[in-house]
Amino acid sequence: MKFRHLSLALMGLAGLAMPHSAGAQTFAITNAHILSPGPVGEVERGTIFVRDGRISSAGRDVVVPAGIAIVDAKGAFVTPGLFAVNTALGLVEVSSVDGTQDARTRSIRINAAFDVQYGLNPASTLLPVARLGGITRAVVMPNYDDSNIEREAPFAGKAALISLGQGTNMLFKAGVGMVLEVGEDGAARLGGSRASEFVVLREILASLKVQWTVDNEWGLSSADHKALGVVASGQMPLIVLVHRAADIRQVLDLARDFKLKLILSGAEEAWQVADEIAAMKVPVLLNPTSNIPSNFDQIGASLRNATILEKAGVEIAISGNDAGHRVRDMRYNAGLAVSRGLPPVAGLEAITLAPARIFGVAHQVGSIEAGKLADLVIWDGDPLEALTEPVAIYVDGKEQPMQSRATQLGQRYGERPDLP
Amino acid sequence: MLASGCVTAPAAPAPRANAPPSDTAATAAALPAVAFPSTYRPKPTADTAIVGASILTGTGTRIDNGTILMAGGEIVAVGTEVAVPTGARIIDGKGKWITPGIIDAHSHLGVFPAPGVDGHADGNENIDPYTAHVWAEHSVWPQDPVFTKARAGGVTSLLILPGSANLFGGRGVTLKNVPAVTVQQMKFPGAPYTLKMACGENPKERYGSRGRAPATRMGNVAGFRRSWIDAAEYARKRDAYERKHAKGESAEAPKRDLGMETLAGVLKGEILVQNHCYRADEMAVMLDVGHEFGYKTVAFHHAVEGYKIAGLLATEGTCVVTWASRWGFKMEAFDAIEENAAILASRGVCVAIHSDEQRLIQRLNVETAVALAAGRRAGITIPQEEAIKWITLNPARIMGVADRTGSLEPGKMADVVLWSSNPFSVYAVAEKVFIDGALVHDRSNPGSIYRSDFELGQTVGEE
Repeated sequence: MKFRHLSLALMGLAGLAMPHSAGAQTFAITNAHILSPGPVGEVERGTIFVRDGRISSAGRDVVVPAGIAIVDAKGAFVTPGLFAVNTALGLVEVSSVDGTQDARTRSIRINAAFDVQYGLNPASTLLPVARLGGITRAVVMPNYDDSNIEREAPFAGKAALISLGQGTNMLFKAGVGMVLEVGEDGAARLGGSRASEFVVLREILASLKVQWTVDNEWGLSSADHKALGVVASGQMPLIVLVHRAADIRQVLDLARDFKLKLILSGAEEAWQVADEIAAMKVPVLLNPTSNIPSNFDQIGASLRNATILEKAGVEIAISGNDAGHRVRDMRYNAGLAVSRGLPPVAGLEAITLAPARIFGVAHQVGSIEAGKLADLVIWDGDPLEALTEPVAIYVDGKEQPMQSRATQLGQRYGERPDLP
Repeated sequence: MLASGCVTAPAAPAPRANAPPSDTAATAAALPAVAFPSTYRPKPTADTAIVGASILTGTGTRIDNGTILMAGGEIVAVGTEVAVPTGARIIDGKGKWITPGIIDAHSHLGVFPAPGVDGHADGNENIDPYTAHVWAEHSVWPQDPVFTKARAGGVTSLLILPGSANLFGGRGVTLKNVPAVTVQQMKFPGAPYTLKMACGENPKERYGSRGRAPATRMGNVAGFRRSWIDAAEYARKRDAYERKHAKGESAEAPKRDLGMETLAGVLKGEILVQNHCYRADEMAVMLDVGHEFGYKTVAFHHAVEGYKIAGLLATEGTCVVTWASRWGFKMEAFDAIEENAAILASRGVCVAIHSDEQRLIQRLNVETAVALAAGRRAGITIPQEEAIKWITLNPARIMGVADRTGSLEPGKMADVVLWSSNPFSVYAVAEKVFIDGALVHDRSNPGSIYRSDFELGQTVGEE
């Protein structure tokens, strides 16, 4: 056990249902073993007072008004809701069914202007599954459709933030980043060589300074030109999916030369250039378990990537094992990084406050702190352990159903063997 | 540890304490000599005792403050009152955990190695639905760097299967996860052969999209049935010849057919059927195909809807090899649930957790923890001493090697993992891994950890 204590006998927490009266978003969780990044930190017998869907106060000596609903956590761990990065939640249902894929486009008219906010499906069966992994907010990112190999599309498009709360507005914040892939796959879309890829990217960024014309040299549509303006001005971060250390250096140079706000993603070989990334204060979205030399872009992939980066002072956010169905694995991935030397507190931060900070919403979510939205999870054990499950989940202070299509299938066949 | 490249392969494994039970030499006169025999030899080792650890034996027992003694490549004793002989190497196991070596009954290491470039993609002869004639061992690249990463996750034995784009994908090969130059040096001595079969979306889409059969699930089943009819005929002719030959009568040997030899081997019960199949209804149909032609399906692989037919699988004695966390990547995986393994195990089905993947094979223990937690959430509590079988004894049974490995019992191969903490914790790391008593992975001595030829001279990270 890496956190100070694990409270036992938590099973009695199942069915914490609160009275669903008016103002159900006003309540207090008492006897909470609070684990949160930020000023509140770890409090063993803490109280979290939620008023109208926001955290009003949290900590050791919190006084709650008489008469409000009380959830007795009986010593269980309570963390902020988890914040997932590198997802396509709401944009995919069944990976092999093309009609359910909205995270990418074949259009030759837009690439940078592609905007995931318009494709979100709040009815997706993936959302309750991810939520049951304790995830309450996520970054939804576009990716590439490479079916037309003639298509030269440097950018994948614009990312958005979503809420995973049932019955809440799914779109939390649009336009939180512009996604670009470089390296082997990125180069394949821009002439087949890194040496052409980075020339094209530099020329495009330079061309944004001049007024758009129909016959502009780089074939940018007016929509793409418009979309890239906020990237060139440093208002919208450029999220660069990159793997090889040398490519990371090229991207750092690009960001320095064009004064871009940069986020690295993937970054399997980032540990080799950790100090340079830290010096430029560039955050990294990564999967610490991505340690396979799957191609010549990431021969140096290592299970220690997260640990080395964090030690060098790089802000990291930890992802799940794919963009959709296995986003819920993100907390085990944080735990696995801890098994390789990442401090446990940093592991929790990498799936809560760090991504909120990276995407500019740390004033609203990411920690248990007065004034923030009440995204909270009560767990039956250490939240980074695969043996642990959430027992209650709140988004914007609303208690979430502890059900998904998958758990309903399990109940149907677990309880009534061999139907019909 | 690596045998020299010019070792001449003997016709049969040299006599060893843990040699295979079957006597292959006796039938060599009538049947073709054993092809591609194992040249695996355990590393010579000192007697070793790990003392004071919590031991999950893989037989359903947990021993606290226990000792395991390994000598001559075998497990000699496991318990709380084990006398450690003088001169034995003693490892302090206090606060640590011991399990049998982890076994993956569904892997493509070596046949779909890293880096995953076209020049390496040797895991699926996907240009024909009927490729029972190919053998995965002829594609295994022992320099796949992921073998080392799997060893770091405690994996000591694994079944390498061909891919699933064919109805009959070919023969699998069971390996010991040791550094080697040739596949023969990794082959698990005496392990039975296996046949990979696949139903569902993969074969029908692969060939249907190319305008040939099978294009549908009914096309899949028709393809299986036709092949078994041919195989039964082939086996009948071969048997008739062998009967005459044995009586000294003159008879011409029928021409060998590699694919039919494999299918006939299944009908004789010598080759174990490993059937990739997702949906409950399809598994039920495939069981009936087995009844029609008289073969047994040893295990359904992936089998994400196994929980819908738990009773049927228990009755048939067919095992399930599955994940906990993968779902939704295609239609036939849409009903995959984390509770699958727990529901099946609670109904008496033999369950194994597999990887089918390069990253997951490094942490089958954690995947099992996911399955356990989901079971508990559904009201099914499975003790850890039972669940450890899902990645040890049960896959060994599915691969036909449970008499030799998969649990910590005297006389079995000393395939053992020493974990830093409870193996179902995400924080647990495999500190030491033993194969046949030889220390093949020692985290405390990073310089000793094998790097594949591919990684030499490249900037690779730790782990």
